[in-house]
Amino acid sequence: MYKRSQILPLVFLAATLAGCSAAPDGTLINDPHEGANRRVHDFNTGLDKALLRPASEVTEALPDALTDRVVEFADNLALPGMVVNGLLQGDLEGAISNTFRFVLNTTIGLGGLFDPADEAGLHERTTDFGQTLAVWGVPEGAYIMLPFLGPSTERDTAGLLVDFAIDPLQFLVPVEAQELQPYAFVGKKVISRGRFGSTVDSLLYESADPYAQARLLYLQNRRFDLGVSVDSSYMEGGADPYADPYADPYGDFVDPYEDF
Amino acid sequence: MTPAIRRRSFLLLTGAACLPGAAWALSGSAARSLVDLLVADINAVIASGKSEAEMIKDFEGIFDRYADVPIMARYALGADARSASAAQMKAFTEAFRTYISAKYGRRFREFIGGRIDVQGESAIPRGVQVETMANLRGQAPFRVDFHVSDASGKALFFNIIIEGIDMLLSERTEIGAMLDQRRGDLDRLIADLRAL
Repeated sequence: MYKRSQILPLVFLAATLAGCSAAPDGTLINDPHEGANRRVHDFNTGLDKALLRPASEVTEALPDALTDRVVEFADNLALPGMVVNGLLQGDLEGAISNTFRFVLNTTIGLGGLFDPADEAGLHERTTDFGQTLAVWGVPEGAYIMLPFLGPSTERDTAGLLVDFAIDPLQFLVPVEAQELQPYAFVGKKVISRGRFGSTVDSLLYESADPYAQARLLYLQNRRFDLGVSVDSSYMEGGADPYADPYADPYGDFVDPYEDF
Repeated sequence: MTPAIRRRSFLLLTGAACLPGAAWALSGSAARSLVDLLVADINAVIASGKSEAEMIKDFEGIFDRYADVPIMARYALGADARSASAAQMKAFTEAFRTYISAKYGRRFREFIGGRIDVQGESAIPRGVQVETMANLRGQAPFRVDFHVSDASGKALFFNIIIEGIDMLLSERTEIGAMLDQRRGDLDRLIADLRAL
């Protein structure tokens, strides 16, 4: 693992990387590497077809009582990293909530296999270093399609690397649990692919341009999670059907109701 | 926000406010009643115990009743709507109606066993945003917003935003890609949409 002295340079690396292609605010899609990204998208789709999708059909046939244990175990191991990020963002409440959640689920929840914290109203305050960078004012950067991991941005990719480096899990759980983490992570990916099977299928295999759809979905959903105002798109070149001169049937152009 | 964008938003806002009978006329409570009815209908179908195929059919009908399909169709077509003839626009709108209600009717399948709760409403530049929470089986609750306008003459929703994902933007991307695949041939697109 990384020594503490190695973390600070990584943070600077991350900030530099994330800052390397800042787009003006309000730009919906900043994708200068589209050609390379599309090749990675094709690779990922091939991977889905050959491995992920077939595997997810197997897990989907298993009882939830079993697969839930894998998902909850994986989620629990991700909590310490979220506590660190909560603190780095100055979100004390989120960090405390995730701490209680981790303690409760690791003890009463039998090492994180069960999620009693959720029933107590302590839901996961999902966060990561990509969000920390956003809170610190680092721009989003270009859209990147990562092999295996899927859609990301320059800022979020930098965040992934830093999250790996600053994860305090090694100080908190036995080596056996740490060794299980990669398997739990992959297991959760497969199980999630199964649970949202028809939605993912319709995106990847039924859309006219799956790459463009995935890019749009990821960027919008990520900005929503980071607290970028949703309805701002109506004022910043996003979807305003009633303002678009080519899209206004109630203007003086064509009235679709006139024939009824 | 760059100054240019801020200026544009300002013009857009003041422009909309000056138009008599613009979407601003829609009250928050009217928009909320529409979504209350819509959600009650969705929840009723979920609880009906019908077969999945029958439920999807019912969801299609709900979508059709509560959505402002002509404006959604025109938005999805984007700039290409300008060069379309009135007859093409009419045919496209009807084909889009079938396509969109079948597509999202199927998507509502995920709501089976769950429920949607209306949380509140707020003003947006082109109408009212009604915020709801979807509580689906085995998933953390998530935000679904309906954007409602009465520019068509009655209150109807014209956009759904699921956790920040804008349905109209997705459909404009999708219809645009379909049109590109057909080398911009709108008549072929209309025929293919009908067949979907």
